[in-house]
Amino acid sequence: MSLDNATVAKIARLARLKMTEPELAPMAGQLNNILDFVAQLNEVNVDGVEPMTSVVAMKLRRRADVVSDGGDPAKVTANAPQGESGYFTVPKVIE
Amino acid sequence: MRIEDFTIASARDGLAKGDFTARELTAAALDGMAAAKPLNAMITETPDHALKMADAADISRKAGQGGALNGIPLVIKDLFATEGVLTTAASHILDGFKPTYESTVTRNLWDAGAVMLGKTNLDEFAMGSSNETSYYGPVKNPWRGKGDVDLVPGGSSGGSAASVAAGFALGATGTDTGGSIRQPASVTGIVGVKPTYGRCSRWGTVAFASSLDQAGAFARTVRDSAIVLGAMAGFDPKDSTSVEVPVPDYEKGIDAGVKGLRIGIPREYRVDNMPAEIEKLWSQGIAWLKDGGAEIVDISLPHTKYALPTYYIVAPAECSSNLARYDGVRYGLRVPGKDLTDMYESTRAAGFGAEVKRRIMIGTYVLSAGYYDAYYLKAQKVRTLILRDFEAAFGKVDAILTPTAPSAAFPIGATSDPVEMYMNDVFTVPTSLAGLPGLSLPGGLSADGLPLGLQVIGKAFDEPTLFRVAEAMERAAAFTARPTRWWEGR
Repeated sequence: MSLDNATVAKIARLARLKMTEPELAPMAGQLNNILDFVAQLNEVNVDGVEPMTSVVAMKLRRRADVVSDGGDPAKVTANAPQGESGYFTVPKVIE
Repeated sequence: MRIEDFTIASARDGLAKGDFTARELTAAALDGMAAAKPLNAMITETPDHALKMADAADISRKAGQGGALNGIPLVIKDLFATEGVLTTAASHILDGFKPTYESTVTRNLWDAGAVMLGKTNLDEFAMGSSNETSYYGPVKNPWRGKGDVDLVPGGSSGGSAASVAAGFALGATGTDTGGSIRQPASVTGIVGVKPTYGRCSRWGTVAFASSLDQAGAFARTVRDSAIVLGAMAGFDPKDSTSVEVPVPDYEKGIDAGVKGLRIGIPREYRVDNMPAEIEKLWSQGIAWLKDGGAEIVDISLPHTKYALPTYYIVAPAECSSNLARYDGVRYGLRVPGKDLTDMYESTRAAGFGAEVKRRIMIGTYVLSAGYYDAYYLKAQKVRTLILRDFEAAFGKVDAILTPTAPSAAFPIGATSDPVEMYMNDVFTVPTSLAGLPGLSLPGGLSADGLPLGLQVIGKAFDEPTLFRVAEAMERAAAFTARPTRWWEGR
């Protein structure tokens, strides 16, 4: 299976990466090389094998359902490229 | 005093005896760092901060306090969030990001009294094996081959490895997702240790592939690496994958030798066209262990050849998910757009470099509708088989010995094919997929006079045996070679 330019454009859209028309073909070539490389896995029989979910057998811990942090909008927004009155601002979404 | 004459252990002794102060030691390290600028190992230098921390270490020592690293100058991979200090992940997209919090690993180091000299260069978002994908430019390996060609320091933790190899930092933090501590340690002639997954907290470390990322340590000796790792490690309730197991004193028992230990030699690591000098180094390592009284056991890890393809599905998938957060809204770079989506797409197009984009694209594809089972689920199943291989082997042996990397350091710009670059991690990736601890130590020099590393792999949470085997090998190897200090006075 080989990715064409249209599929690459679709993936770029899903990944929210702007890609110009001339960038598509080289990217397709590189992605196809990587996909050819990983296709080796088709040789492996994984019947009845559980997918790994954690490298160390463990139960996910639960913490007490209490507020442990927060209430500091100034810290949270300190690195915002654009903000106002303790909020992040973005281009207008609703017309 | 010249900083490169010290190890952490010897500096610790000198500080304890009062031969010099932490301020004097730090000042020497800052001199070394300033002289090493041509290596481009640092993204941010923090000399004022370092001297303040050194003064604090001197005050606590006078008061009879101070932790295991009191007054020891370290460098920090620029993937760990440091409060108020620029944290970039070597990416344009994190322009100007100054965290308002401290990562758990660095917090632990400062609590132990360590001094931060600055933040080190790396491959962008830790994605690379040569430190060439950094937005801040490549790092030069302190070692040079024939013809004075600039070589890569390995990656992704290239700046950390170069800093320790150049001698101005007595230790460094790194992160290892598929070999990013062990491979740079190998090609810069130092020790690098990646502990068991869950040993060090991932909280406050910029995420690449969450099921693989693990912090670890660089130093010039095995003992030093044990000291640094001991201070970094520990349970952290803020990381749900942090494991609640007490951290032993890694220096204790390090001198016990290998007598009676069973060391596995996996036959599948004898890969096609393995360079003769790597093969020779490996045989030499086996001989050292035999001489030390270890029993050498031939083992099989049958799924080894599938580790790299598995990794190049799992890691990009998790990367595409983790890097979705960089959208130009909350921190870093923002490129204006005609609407919100255009702003996201323009920001990410401008902010990420080529290798990061490739991995996001592959990851998005293998997770997309219709392909998830064929790629990601399949890879996670093969990963189970890789772990089972190790579990079966560790029923018979106490540790495993392999080469760390398939070659010595190569020239900057020598490898342009992404898949060829991935091959650098052929010996380190299986351990990462299985979450096991691995350590690289210098074993000898190549024909060109460049360092080559040997990798010791341990059972989960059995770092003490890892250090014990590595310490014995370090003594046998008696690796004293150092790079010529060509960067000084430039």
